[in-house]
Amino acid sequence: MSTPTIPRRSWTQRYHVKGIGWTVLLLVLLVASAQMTGVNVGMFFSNLGQFTNLLVRMSNPAWDYTAVIIQPLLETIQMAILGTTIGAAFAIPFAVLSASNLIHNRWLRGLTRLFLDLVRTLPDLLLAAIFVAIFGIGSTAGVITLAIFSFGMVSKLFYEVIETIDMGPLEALESVGATKITIIWYAVLPQILNQFVSYFLYTLEINVRASTVLGYLGAGGIGVFLQRSLNEFNYNQTAVIILATLVVVLVIDGVSNHLRRVLL
Amino acid sequence: MQTTITTPSQRHSLWQRWGWLLWVLIIGIIYFWTINGLKFTGFQESASAVSKSILHGLVHPTWSYVYDGSGEDLVSLILQTLAIAFLGTIVSALISVPFAFWAARGPKEHYFLRSGSGKIVLTLIRTFPEIVLAIMFIKAVGPGSYAGVLAVSVHSVGMLGKLFGEAIENMDRGSEEAITSAGGRSSQVFALATIPTIMPEFLSYTLYRFEIAVRSASILGMVGAGGIGTPMIFAIQTRDWSKVGIILLGIVVMVLLIDSLSEQLRKRLI
Repeated sequence: MSTPTIPRRSWTQRYHVKGIGWTVLLLVLLVASAQMTGVNVGMFFSNLGQFTNLLVRMSNPAWDYTAVIIQPLLETIQMAILGTTIGAAFAIPFAVLSASNLIHNRWLRGLTRLFLDLVRTLPDLLLAAIFVAIFGIGSTAGVITLAIFSFGMVSKLFYEVIETIDMGPLEALESVGATKITIIWYAVLPQILNQFVSYFLYTLEINVRASTVLGYLGAGGIGVFLQRSLNEFNYNQTAVIILATLVVVLVIDGVSNHLRRVLL
Repeated sequence: MQTTITTPSQRHSLWQRWGWLLWVLIIGIIYFWTINGLKFTGFQESASAVSKSILHGLVHPTWSYVYDGSGEDLVSLILQTLAIAFLGTIVSALISVPFAFWAARGPKEHYFLRSGSGKIVLTLIRTFPEIVLAIMFIKAVGPGSYAGVLAVSVHSVGMLGKLFGEAIENMDRGSEEAITSAGGRSSQVFALATIPTIMPEFLSYTLYRFEIAVRSASILGMVGAGGIGTPMIFAIQTRDWSKVGIILLGIVVMVLLIDSLSEQLRKRLI
């Protein structure tokens, strides 16, 4: 009878070198970050009075302000709808160009994806600041910001959907000599339409959230009023704006979630 | 011999045949309302001139700003931005764990009072705008990156708590049952089965959230909460497009590097 062999642990495993290494690295990074950002836990608690004061002032909202902000809230939704639509419309050709099952040219695909990656790196508020400088204060800057922001997001979601389609119908059409456009119209589109609409609604949800703060930099919508109330220290108005935004976001999320469940 | 293929009945109800018209009508009304409601009057005549100078600035960035040893240069501020995102994400990951256990529905739970209330709280945190949080924390600790760290720490709890909670709901309960059946106490089950099972997913979500936090840390500076956003908004307001160009370049490179690094790490985790 042979003696059972017990698996031996290597030296690095026995002394948990990897785990200890990661922990030390994490701690060093934490301490370095804390020093760089000047974190001072004591200061937060010594100034807690000011913070709670702010919360107390926010906790009795000025309800009569609701009437003022309904119009800008609607404008925010309109900005989000238009921005998402423009972004999604531009995203479709780019999504087709970066789907590996439709475009076999690796260079073209790589270049398109690199471009989309670059677009996606830019945070929304940063885009808003630049477009306010170009187009001036108003909702135009907001719509264009949201269009570019959703273009980057939607194109990635769309090409991932395109890559998961069933290639059977495509091959069938190809074998009877259909053109590229015909193939896309009759074989690709029916397979992806529902998912496209679902992702469109998902992006709309995110854009409604994003558009509520864009106005902070002058890009229209409710954010303009948010900035005004904060600058004038009218925190009871800020509270109304935040609550109203919350309601709008929840309603849009609810409608969109329901529609997406019906679609898929 | 000819066989007839039976096709499914072609008779549709009125709704099935004409229902799409209603959708077209609804969507048409929504878009009519949208386009009519927005005022596109904000155009300035200078728009094309400004765009040209922005493009010129982007092509001719102020390279001298990259590093000048003053601590106010691009590299130092990018590092500061990363520090805000890193510290904020770690702190929020720690805060999120109890929230996640609060919001996660247990396997044998029939009433959703506990998990439901947790989910509502997380939704409220998620919807509270991050820059408003930053402004509130600036009132408490003064302008600077500390306020940014606090804003990221609190805001990220909304999303991390939700993701962690879903991870707990969907986790494999096998190892928990194994320890219970061997007579383990609930504290032992938690330490020896729950935590090791859930850890890779928690770490993966934390890394993912770090990617998002890097983006938000780079704009929090626009309201005065430290990082690269502060010089960015100054450069935009003073129309110093060459400086805007170099900062944009710095942000793009930073985000691309962090995204690919985090993606590599996440691939190794799961």
